[in-house]
Amino acid sequence: MTEPTPSSMQRYLTDTVREIPPSGIRKFFDLVSASKDIISLGVGEPDFITPWHVREASIYGLEQGKTTYTPNSGLPELREEIAAYMHKSFHVRYEPSNEVMVTIGGSEAIDLALRALISPGDEVLVPEPSYISYSPIATLSGGKAVGIETFAKDQFKLQADQLKQHITPRSKVLILCYPSNPTGGTMTYDDWLPIAKLVEENDLIVISDEIYAELTYSSKHVSFASMPGMRDRTILVSGFSKSFAMTGWRLGYACGHADLISAMLKIHQYTVMCAPVMGQIAAIEALRNGMDEKDRMVESYNQRRRLVVKGFREIGLDCHEPQGAFYAFPSIQSTGLSSEEFAQRLLQEGRVAVVPGHAFGNGGEGFVRCSYATSVAHLNEALDRIGNFVNKFVKTPI
Amino acid sequence: MTELKSKILDILKEDARREPALIATMLGKEEAEIQQAIAEMEREKVIVKYVPVLNWNKSDDEKVTALIEVQITPERGRGFDAIAERIYLYPEVKTVYLMSGSYDLQVEIEGRTLREIADFVSTKLSTIESVLSTKTHFILKKYKQDGIILEDHQDDHRMLISP
Repeated sequence: MTEPTPSSMQRYLTDTVREIPPSGIRKFFDLVSASKDIISLGVGEPDFITPWHVREASIYGLEQGKTTYTPNSGLPELREEIAAYMHKSFHVRYEPSNEVMVTIGGSEAIDLALRALISPGDEVLVPEPSYISYSPIATLSGGKAVGIETFAKDQFKLQADQLKQHITPRSKVLILCYPSNPTGGTMTYDDWLPIAKLVEENDLIVISDEIYAELTYSSKHVSFASMPGMRDRTILVSGFSKSFAMTGWRLGYACGHADLISAMLKIHQYTVMCAPVMGQIAAIEALRNGMDEKDRMVESYNQRRRLVVKGFREIGLDCHEPQGAFYAFPSIQSTGLSSEEFAQRLLQEGRVAVVPGHAFGNGGEGFVRCSYATSVAHLNEALDRIGNFVNKFVKTPI
Repeated sequence: MTELKSKILDILKEDARREPALIATMLGKEEAEIQQAIAEMEREKVIVKYVPVLNWNKSDDEKVTALIEVQITPERGRGFDAIAERIYLYPEVKTVYLMSGSYDLQVEIEGRTLREIADFVSTKLSTIESVLSTKTHFILKKYKQDGIILEDHQDDHRMLISP
């Protein structure tokens, strides 16, 4: 019997895993990592580090020997804080004992929700351009991801007629992510009304990823779960990464009807047992004493948002005004380049990294994602460089 | 103070060289409105001066800085202010605060040598009639000043591209 060679080991992989295409972001990451002296607008995380009082609380916990497992669903104090926060900030009530669970990032919550809900062949509706993980996780859960294109002319809001066109008898779950990564699009109460109606009529379950909820600028975030009749149909996913600058802690949570949360908890307890205790201790501190610091960070993002949107428009790139998250999603169609060509050439010729829009699915081609979670000085320099680069292709009116 | 003015000050505290046009963009206002608000604050001495924050540890300039706790007898009619003024008018005095607690004035003084500071305390400060006592503490190292950490320690550890 001969030893299998490394390359032949691929034959042991499942078809599902083999067929999932590599992430478009990953490919670009390798290219950017090999470049020198660049300014990156490709970073999908805050440029703040976790506020010191939050880090200090976690360090104190370690000093006190808090290094054990926690209950599967998370520390009771943390679940109580999450429930209180959800009610106060987003007007949705959850029972901390059985309707809230703490997860390893919002990502785990999305995985758990899809695994709990999707049977082979079920369809998962995903408005696009979208965060890159939803469709692959839907596929890994045995489902079929169905992209629903959204458009710059609608500020990338999900339109009811678009959703309706994609609903079939196999449609089971709708994944929402507003404020949106990558477009910065948001949904208001009035925007949600027709969507909620379709969800009801078609008996859909919604996974609402509201990780950017706190980063909403012109109006207050409206949670989909707070819409009339939608609470029990919605698994609300959020976390600490974006609002409290805690990406590396990997701490998120899911809230929803007890039947759904207990099913997710079943998977969670057999796979990861519980989220790391040090992050949970930090999260309690963030929710109890971190709101002022969070507000300061949000104000700072808002200032930079205005700066980049104006900057792109002055350069001559169409840019819808993002109302949430920390991304601008300008159109680069006026350059005549594809988003991949644009991003690659901008990197090489202009020394600025952005993420090509096609990495985010349908409707992303023709756009690039630019994170403005970087210093004002860097943003100004990046805008200058992008302006010089774009000038090679576009004649801006004087 | 208006909310706008306090936001302008927050932006200037981060970098005092920011132009009104940039501040206007960041706050979604007209440039003229920002110029006017800044002019008002300058006139009212809310904004006193625009100066760089220096890390002397990194310069070749040798300096000695001391914090001096000063106990004084307040003057009838003018309280602590007259005596504080006599102290703060010396150019080598960098800051003067009136304090609650076990002493009255905290004086920060800068000199080129230890001897210079010792001379100032013994010949200028202690000899002022109302000064009862002084306690001099030399500063060994400044870590943070006016909310600004002077050491380079906060690098951006983020990956260049992330989803």
